[in-house]
Amino acid sequence: MNTRIKVALLWLLVPVSAIVLALGVSSLVLIIIGENPLSAFRSMASYGTQPNSLASMVNRAVPLYVAGLAVAIGFKMNLFNIGVEGQYRLAALLSAAAGAAVTLPAPLHIAFIMLVAMAVGASWAGIAGVLRVKRGVHEVVSTIMLNFIATGVGAYLLANYLRKPRLPNELIIQTRQIPRSGALPNLAVVGGEDLRSFLVIAIAVGIAVYVLIWRTRFGYDLRATGINPEAARASGVDPNRMIVRTMLISGAIAGLIGMSDLLGFFHAYTLDFPTGLGFDGIAVALVGLNHPAGIAVAALLFGWVDRAAQILDLEGIPKEVIIITKGVIILSVVVAYEVVRRIVQAQQIKAAAEATRKLEAKKEAVAA
Amino acid sequence: MSWAAVDTAQVEGEKGGRLEARRILYLLGLVILLLSAVRSFTDASDLTSSNTYGAALRLAVPILLAGLGGLYAERTGVVNIGLEGMMILGTWFGAWGGVEFGAWWGVVLGILGGAMGGLVHAVATVSFGVNQIVSGVAVNILAAGVTRFLSVIAFTGHGGGATQSPQVTSNLPNLTVPVLAGGKPFGWQSPDLLGWFERQQWFLVSDVAALFRGFMAELSILTVITLLLVPATYFFLWRTRLGLRMRSAGENPVAAESLGVPVYTMKYLGVVISGALAGLAGAFLVLEAAGIYREGQTGGRGYIGLAAMIFGNWRPTGVAAAAGLFGYTDALNLRSAQAVHALLLFAAIALLGLGVWYLVRGRISAGLLSGAIGVLVLVWYAVAEDVPRQFIFITPYVATLLVLAVASQRLRPPAADALPYRRGQQTS
Amino acid sequence: MDEQAPAVELKAITKTFPGVVANDDVNLTVTPGEIHAVVGENGAGKSTLMKILYGMIRPDGGTISVNGREVHLRSPKDAIASGIGMVHQHFMLATNLTVLENVILGSEPTHGGALDFDAARDRIRDLSETYGVPLDPDRLVEDLAVGERQRVEILKVLYRGAQILILDEPTAVLVPQEVEELFRNLEDLKGRGVTIIFISHKLDEVLEIADSITVIRAGHTVATVKPRSVTARQLAELMVGSELPTPETRESTVTDEVMLSVRQMGVRVGERWTLQDVSFDIRRGEILGIAGVEGNGQRELVDAIMGMRPPQQGSIHLGGDDVTLWSSRRRREAGIGYVPEDRHLRGLLLPSPLWENAMLGKQTMPPFSSGPWIDRRGAHQRTVDVIREYHVATPGPDTPALALSGGNQQRLILGREMIAEPKVLIAAQPTRGIDVGAQAAVWEQIRGARAAGLALLLISADLEELIGLSDTLYVILRGTLVAKLDPATVTPEELGSYMTGAREAASA
Repeated sequence: MNTRIKVALLWLLVPVSAIVLALGVSSLVLIIIGENPLSAFRSMASYGTQPNSLASMVNRAVPLYVAGLAVAIGFKMNLFNIGVEGQYRLAALLSAAAGAAVTLPAPLHIAFIMLVAMAVGASWAGIAGVLRVKRGVHEVVSTIMLNFIATGVGAYLLANYLRKPRLPNELIIQTRQIPRSGALPNLAVVGGEDLRSFLVIAIAVGIAVYVLIWRTRFGYDLRATGINPEAARASGVDPNRMIVRTMLISGAIAGLIGMSDLLGFFHAYTLDFPTGLGFDGIAVALVGLNHPAGIAVAALLFGWVDRAAQILDLEGIPKEVIIITKGVIILSVVVAYEVVRRIVQAQQIKAAAEATRKLEAKKEAVAA
Repeated sequence: MSWAAVDTAQVEGEKGGRLEARRILYLLGLVILLLSAVRSFTDASDLTSSNTYGAALRLAVPILLAGLGGLYAERTGVVNIGLEGMMILGTWFGAWGGVEFGAWWGVVLGILGGAMGGLVHAVATVSFGVNQIVSGVAVNILAAGVTRFLSVIAFTGHGGGATQSPQVTSNLPNLTVPVLAGGKPFGWQSPDLLGWFERQQWFLVSDVAALFRGFMAELSILTVITLLLVPATYFFLWRTRLGLRMRSAGENPVAAESLGVPVYTMKYLGVVISGALAGLAGAFLVLEAAGIYREGQTGGRGYIGLAAMIFGNWRPTGVAAAAGLFGYTDALNLRSAQAVHALLLFAAIALLGLGVWYLVRGRISAGLLSGAIGVLVLVWYAVAEDVPRQFIFITPYVATLLVLAVASQRLRPPAADALPYRRGQQTS
Repeated sequence: MDEQAPAVELKAITKTFPGVVANDDVNLTVTPGEIHAVVGENGAGKSTLMKILYGMIRPDGGTISVNGREVHLRSPKDAIASGIGMVHQHFMLATNLTVLENVILGSEPTHGGALDFDAARDRIRDLSETYGVPLDPDRLVEDLAVGERQRVEILKVLYRGAQILILDEPTAVLVPQEVEELFRNLEDLKGRGVTIIFISHKLDEVLEIADSITVIRAGHTVATVKPRSVTARQLAELMVGSELPTPETRESTVTDEVMLSVRQMGVRVGERWTLQDVSFDIRRGEILGIAGVEGNGQRELVDAIMGMRPPQQGSIHLGGDDVTLWSSRRRREAGIGYVPEDRHLRGLLLPSPLWENAMLGKQTMPPFSSGPWIDRRGAHQRTVDVIREYHVATPGPDTPALALSGGNQQRLILGREMIAEPKVLIAAQPTRGIDVGAQAAVWEQIRGARAAGLALLLISADLEELIGLSDTLYVILRGTLVAKLDPATVTPEELGSYMTGAREAASA
């Protein structure tokens, strides 16, 4: 068989085996707790394909997608930005406060809020980049520390400076509302569910990331540094500058994670603003194999599973079973990826050796 | 030659171990002296009370266990960012065991739950060669999912819910050293000598008494075990055959394999022990600290443990010192705003002292920087009435970042830490 | 004594790797208590043979006997059990551990559950004294000099009771004084009845130390000779074979136009000056060769010229421009090409397709990119050109680099650098690890580029290559250029004596 087709089929094994395994484990769990997995999956499938479920899937997937992109761009050069969580939360808080403090015409207002968010995310991530380059502090450790510091600093700022002046017996702690000019309209209403328009921006960011990584010199340098930093350096790449720049870009994208919720739903930073998206982003990036298209599939998959599982509670099945499903998917994707990668390499080595033999045979034939 | 520049006080092996332990003792003495001075000056008695020390110890235990867990994994060359997830497993299984079979079973199941998390991490990283950070993150996500699901199954309708367990009553024994720290052994009201000294408010004497009393009164048996694990870990890793072999897997696996050391087995062992210790930390949180399992209970202590391990330069004594520091700031934060304010004065003096020490040793810029920060903190102390809680919350993290920023060149992680290793590989 | 069975006897050993026959019908007989040298060029198959003898690689065919008994070595463990020990060229030491820990690892004495440090220390002191390899067991390996580290490796082997020692290129990393000390140690060991197999390609050393010499060429054993009965010249001929195309470039193409000028350059690493007061000019059409024992400043020289390690002193001019402070990228764009000595470490992105490898180092220039964008079509086209013109055997430009054999990888690197027609090319060990035929092709291409006006800095361990290709030849020793020689008249032996400092500079 053609090596290329064989390789493509092998890669297809990664998602297929992960999903099969995940379904298997989930079924097993359901059977153990005395439920019928088939009926559970059936009701998930029928509920999950209703129009409003699909809209909700997309709404859930959008922030996950942006988070996945933020993480993946670092992963592409072996830079582990575990700090996406802190970056987006701090960015959402500060941009919400900034957005409420100014009055601007609608498109400018939205752009302003997003720019503030990107700047905050980039600066927070940039600290880790600079520490790595100047002081040799590994980014995994520094971004984890910065996550906690972001939580503390954010809470302090919200409680003392950014909080909406509250009425005497009001308990809610949140920033002031962003005026209407700073709100993103809905794209459409599908089956009673709003489809938020940040989707369009997220797709644009995804395309931009793809182009940046695979079609530009910068992206080439970035990938080269990730694969072999010493060879990249010899080719003229300044690794320190790459680290800082990549951290800044990753952080800037991280800043956008909260924007769908902020501009399209909450219009203020509240205490029930979604958390954990940064860590979910790591999962999505892993499952999407750090490729914008793969991440989109992964984000939609996770968004759909989250939504479709809501029906399980009505059937008396704990919907938490899907958290296990997701965990199994993540773990099996990373393992399957490693295994397939090795098989593919062996295939390619064999093919190249074959080509060498042919070439030599030809040479001998010419000589004779 | 370049290696002549290496600070000989940092050397590995028995000489190094003893030297470092002595250093930490000196430093501890200095800290206590300074703390008691600040305590007398500011009247913030909580700064050095035995209750504070006791609380600090309780808060330090899970961090110390996680840190030691990280140590075992990284000494065999595997970064374990999944400590948090393994600790989460420890909390859940600890609670479940505690509710169903009693506290001791909680401890055992907590350890096993954590070890299971470790096993997953080991299979992925060692056998399949998955990137260690990636696998660790995956373990964290998986652990959170599994426990949420298990809670729904096991706790909902039994006095708990999806995010918490029923109350777990712990009947694990508490230990108090009689005569010195009071207590009621066999119904006899023992004198509390150290307590008496502490109450006299004598400079230094009372403070030292308080410190000892903090380590002698009402200690959970798990705390005692954890404290014993520090020298035990040192002995195991640096003094036994298995320990040497485990460390060799983290230093130069190719060389180790060439001498017949089964590197995969060593790494498995390190990571599973790592998970077990994180699991014990989780069980401690449930059984001794909270009396209940709650989702999110670990609060990032797995990560803090990792920080403590780095802070402690991948050595058991260092990890213990770092965990103690983190526990102490936590304890003060919980107990007394006044003491926290007084701590600013302590920090200012310490920083100024450090600055002078740097200057004397000829490290001008480091000295000036340290001195400048010291002056700022001093001004802060003089101007402000109290310190926002959030600032105390972030202290350990900021401290870790600062230490890494200043000293990361002098830290000595295992040479093959975090590097992938495939059996049969012939160069490192 | 003649009745004694040979310590090691290899018969008809064969080993094939994908695309390469590393060993083909190799026979080797080593008498007990002798120092037996195995010599051959880089890539002749010496290392493969020794890895087979140490159980690291299993042969496809042939037999191995130790002390007259046939053995099957499945792992180094089996080899150790048969009394064979190996001192690797790249030390296998854990630098964060002490000498003692490194030595006892894997066969530790214990006492009541704990390591018995006293017993281990005594044993090590004993061995040190018996065999004359002095070492403090409690020092950190990190604090040891290279020669001392090698002693730790020897001690490790002796500690396991080995009576047959394989030393793989033991002098490659040593300075001359350390070499002398090593040779004294080896003589002592021989005196104690240890059998030593000594791998090398340095003929003077081999003639000095060995009792018998086996020559390997292109995977075959060519001959086994006594050092007294051969001259270095004859040995060299055995090694390279008579039919070997020697690289000759006599008709001069050197012009007056200086392309690369290095003046009083000094590089400091930590406290130590690894390069000092280095000055030379390379003109259009000139090949300047640098000879030297590895580790005498060659790496720092390359790094400084490529802009990867800024020099602390001196200047570098490219054409008319002072490039001393330029970044690597700017130097690349100004026309400096680079063939690194270690292609996996610095030359390739192994998992990436060939077309992405062909643009490594050229990614900012056409046809690989225009403005900030990658030109995929241009890159593919150029890669196809490289593959064709430089005879890279591959299924196509989308094959990952890791799938190619070493020789093909090297051809790709050389091709991508040469096809860009650089003004100056820095080539470190351009023919290392590739087969003899490919070597001749590389020389041909270098000669062609030189005729077209290339200025080439050639750093090589292959003395024939240096003498054959260079227009000007310098010798580097301890970071300074100690001699300037005329390649038309110098012999490899002379060159060798300058390289080791045995002979002082006449005209530097």
